[in-house]
Amino acid sequence: MPVEIDIEHVAKLARLQLSEEEREQLAAQLGQILEHAARVGEVAADDVPPTASPIPRANVFREDVIEPSLPVDEALRNSPERDGDRFGVPRIAETGA
Amino acid sequence: MTRSLGDLTGAELSAKLAAGETSAIEILAASQARIDAVDGDVRALLTPTPQLASERAEELDAYLSTGAPQSPVAGIPVALKDVLTTNGVRTTCGSKILETYVPPYDATAWTRLSGAGAVLVGKTNCDEFAMGSSNENSAFGPVHNPWDLERVPGGSSGGSAAAVAAGEAVWALGTDTGGSVRQPASLCGVVGLKPTYGRISRYGLIAFASSLDTIGTFTRSVRDAGAMLQVLAGHDPRDATSLDVPVPDYGAGIDEAIAGLRVGVVTEAFGEGVEPAVAASVRAAVERLAALGADVGEAALPHAAYALSAYYLIAPSECSSNLARYDGVRYGLRAAGEHADSIEMMFATRGQGFGPEVKRRIMLGTYALSAGYYEAYYGQAQKVRTLVIRDYEAAFERFDILVSPTSPTTAFRIGAKADDPMAMYLNDIFTIPANLAGVPAISVPCGLDDVGLPIGIQLTAPILDEATLLRAAHALESDLGLNLRPPLLAGV
Repeated sequence: MPVEIDIEHVAKLARLQLSEEEREQLAAQLGQILEHAARVGEVAADDVPPTASPIPRANVFREDVIEPSLPVDEALRNSPERDGDRFGVPRIAETGA
Repeated sequence: MTRSLGDLTGAELSAKLAAGETSAIEILAASQARIDAVDGDVRALLTPTPQLASERAEELDAYLSTGAPQSPVAGIPVALKDVLTTNGVRTTCGSKILETYVPPYDATAWTRLSGAGAVLVGKTNCDEFAMGSSNENSAFGPVHNPWDLERVPGGSSGGSAAAVAAGEAVWALGTDTGGSVRQPASLCGVVGLKPTYGRISRYGLIAFASSLDTIGTFTRSVRDAGAMLQVLAGHDPRDATSLDVPVPDYGAGIDEAIAGLRVGVVTEAFGEGVEPAVAASVRAAVERLAALGADVGEAALPHAAYALSAYYLIAPSECSSNLARYDGVRYGLRAAGEHADSIEMMFATRGQGFGPEVKRRIMLGTYALSAGYYEAYYGQAQKVRTLVIRDYEAAFERFDILVSPTSPTTAFRIGAKADDPMAMYLNDIFTIPANLAGVPAISVPCGLDDVGLPIGIQLTAPILDEATLLRAAHALESDLGLNLRPPLLAGV
């Protein structure tokens, strides 16, 4: 059976604005895809350990050497809004009161 | 028939260059002539770089005229999938959200090729953020298969595959997260190599699914794939997942015979959904391997049937996390107009900037990782990944190489599967398991179907055994002697 999903909740988690049409389409499509994907539960037994990466590596360290970093102008060149030497953004906190 | 410069492989061009029979400028002119002749129809290139290329070729000719040592890469025209960053050259990922993004740094893979003298001819079209199997998910329109302009080139590295098939570039780089190098190589009749995960640095590869993403090569010969890998492989301190192990000489044993090589035919890969012409062509290629002395038997990957399910949980989960960076703050699109606050700006920016497939995968991954569902979906998928790895380990105890079709079908018509995500995902059913396990695999052309469309055979080897993979692929390629050339190039 297709899986039923709370599309609005998931879109909110993903910070994704969706039209009404997109929401309807996604509900149907994701339900179908998840029905197929849920088959993983048929074979994944409790005694099988999970794999996060095909060639596991842990604690990859390097020497703590200072190297030149990107100049500020370069780093800001692609920003939609520049505010001095900072990225400009719309309001991020409640103001006043 | 005399082959024109535009039909030669990298190795052939490099030999001519070394012998003083041609120049980097002439080699580039042959690529440029193809671009001018066919790219208006094929649409492989999103951002051609003719000015940069001719400056580079001139520099190279001047450098080589001093008698300086020549690398096998020198003067070879290369195209890069537009998910690899290029300093000062627009890099879009096939997405509206990065339409005007000009990276301030080069991907390590390009740094290495460029340092060895490769000439960049342009950035290639691809499915948005490498998500797709047909190149129809590009925000900048589809790529057309040089073998039949009404058909898809495969994806997601469709532009790179088409560019090499049509001779617009001699070599190209793509990325392979679930088959995105091998499947388009198969559909366009070229060689597509996905090396071991971590063999090539991912630094500067704009991330889709970090535990699966692998840079791969498009060439018109297996020998050229080895030559590219030789330059690309190796540790990079800028990518913690890049492997710090020695790089063998891939060209050294490539001509050796394959007598006694143990070849396992993956039995599950000839079932339902595989076009009869594909199955027949791959079986005929297996017979050639046997005739060359390979010891052919039947191999099983019993959990491969679940690999697709696991992939469509793992890849979207990683994608939903990686693509959180597109927030309209540091680079890329910001939705126009006044925004009440930054959060609202992010919702609007992402809603406007991402296309349907990317939204689908972000939603799928966000759901699979969300509270209450994580264990049932992402957790279980990671266990299936373990089972797929164990399948390969068992198979490689008995065999040196596994073979299967690369794709169940030849190139399909543009639009044929566009409205059916599940049907589209099934294109990658034979390529996905290698990504889950990190093993190297290559697609080599093995024939044409009854309407003249290319078919590819996939060979797979154990972790880091690219040398055996290339040797087997080269033996088969030499024996088949196909020398494929799309009909589009008849008058070119």
